[in-house]
Amino acid sequence: MASVASAAPSRWRRREGLRALVWLSPWLAGVSVFFVYPLLATVYFSFHHYDLFTLEWAGLDNYRYLLRDPRVVTSAKNTLWLVAVMVPVQTLFSLGLAQLVVRLKAGVGLFRTIFYLPSLVPVAAGTITFVFLMNPSTGPWNQFLALFGVTGPDWFGDPAWSKPSLTLLSVWSCGQIAVIFMAALLDVPRHLYEAAAIDGAGPWRQFRSVTLPSIAPVLMFSAVTGVIYAVQYFAQAMIASRVASGVTDSPGSTFTPGYPDESLLTLPQWLFQAGFRDYQMGYACVLALVLFAASMVFTLLLLWQFRRSEGAA
Amino acid sequence: MSATVTAPTRPAAAPRPRKAGTAARRRRMLVWIAQHALAIVLALMFLAPVVFLALTALMTDEQALTSDLWPRTWNWDNFATVFAKSQLLRWTANTLLYAGLGTLFTLVSSVPVAYALARFRFRGRQAAFLLVVAAMMLPPQVVAVPVYLVWARLGLTDTLWPLILPMLFGDAFSIFLLRQFLVTIPREYTDAARVDGCSELRTLVSVILPMARPAIAAVALFQFFYCWNDYYGPLLYAGVQQEGWTLSLGLATFKAFHSVQWNLTMAATLLVTAPIIIVFFFAQRVFIEGVTLTGVKG
Repeated sequence: MASVASAAPSRWRRREGLRALVWLSPWLAGVSVFFVYPLLATVYFSFHHYDLFTLEWAGLDNYRYLLRDPRVVTSAKNTLWLVAVMVPVQTLFSLGLAQLVVRLKAGVGLFRTIFYLPSLVPVAAGTITFVFLMNPSTGPWNQFLALFGVTGPDWFGDPAWSKPSLTLLSVWSCGQIAVIFMAALLDVPRHLYEAAAIDGAGPWRQFRSVTLPSIAPVLMFSAVTGVIYAVQYFAQAMIASRVASGVTDSPGSTFTPGYPDESLLTLPQWLFQAGFRDYQMGYACVLALVLFAASMVFTLLLLWQFRRSEGAA
Repeated sequence: MSATVTAPTRPAAAPRPRKAGTAARRRRMLVWIAQHALAIVLALMFLAPVVFLALTALMTDEQALTSDLWPRTWNWDNFATVFAKSQLLRWTANTLLYAGLGTLFTLVSSVPVAYALARFRFRGRQAAFLLVVAAMMLPPQVVAVPVYLVWARLGLTDTLWPLILPMLFGDAFSIFLLRQFLVTIPREYTDAARVDGCSELRTLVSVILPMARPAIAAVALFQFFYCWNDYYGPLLYAGVQQEGWTLSLGLATFKAFHSVQWNLTMAATLLVTAPIIIVFFFAQRVFIEGVTLTGVKG
């Protein structure tokens, strides 16, 4: 009797497992072909010299070159800048914008639409638009600043200002994040604010003790994806460099990414250049592993900090 | 007794709330004005880039190189020139193929996986879900070299197929999003269908799919826009022949070929952006709901 009772669920469970396997099989096949195999192959290629024609053992050569490659340091610094400045600026601006919009009494829908729309503009279109707008000789941005007596720099042409220029672009296209924050802010139970107000909490105190804890998971998710997005930052930087420098990129061209002065060079661009323009596939694989490690570190770091701050609250 | 207590306080207390009321009302009014003024200024700044983009697109070649803001003559034929001087129509067709097939393939392949992850109880379910998240977080450039070599061996580089075909095997972000929505559907619905003798596939098609329509619409839109905007993928695979390019790729290179014609570059930019904006106005609710889904459930 007891053996029958225990046998039935286990057989049922096995059948359920088999059925899940059938349903998941196309995806599992995809994961093996486009995720597991390439990751292993990347490790394999990283120990070889490969230019699409000849494959030869390289030992640790590619790894040794990594340590001497000045561009790796440059791109790491640029990426750190993006993580430390661009992501927080974009996140905080989105939060402020969301706070403002949920408080409006008139025209909420219209304002939400206006703030959301730029995030739908194709990356190529938005980047080209900003390079033009901020061009000192033809664009209106510096003329606008001149109204306030400010002499604007050569934004996308000046290594000191190219990353701030892209940060402005990221603020302009923050609508997606802002809409997520708006929904999160509207989900905070009203009675919590009323209770806090009765306890004599001012606006700042209410924000810290009611709003922030309630939206922490959403804020966290947005920060994590923002950082991971910064680690793989590619299209905006590449297009800004190309358009601002006026040099086209094609296989075999002399275009070096990161114009001006490698100030916009990021690891994914350098990987792309090494692998698909200079055909140093082995070295590109070493860079890919660095990129992989970096994105893992940032993900784990942020998740860990999130758990800690939740435990303290 | 209560009457004797309230009676003396009433005349003293009555004027005070009214005074405080007008002060509070005035304060609320000022805050209202400040908030809306700030919102209007910000909205104007958000709109300004598109306005200047459109104004420059209508200038003559010479005027677009000056710092003028307002076109002296309105050159609507700049748009025709863009079509004549570039392969914009061809790029649009390629982009539609990539985005259309890509979206279709993603939906067909991702919905069953998301359903299985959300509903079936099996060992390794947690691990499978973590694998989805890991695949979602993986920068596409990490696996680029070996994947490229596979497509090169199949002779499919210099086409868009290396970008479209993988979508037959499920897309991690879409699976994640759909799964997050499907777990919120109460089990009673699927259990009832099972009691009625529905197969798992019937249950999915006739019970779950109608309920999951908003999530499916959101995933479809996101995937379509992802493909439409994708720059990295086509840059890697579309090759050097302009006939094979997508809009993003063509637009990014446009300036290099028409370097002194900002007006044409801006006209092309406007032409690439316009369809997206039009689609948005038709499907605004789906978008906003979908975006909310990505954040809150995450």
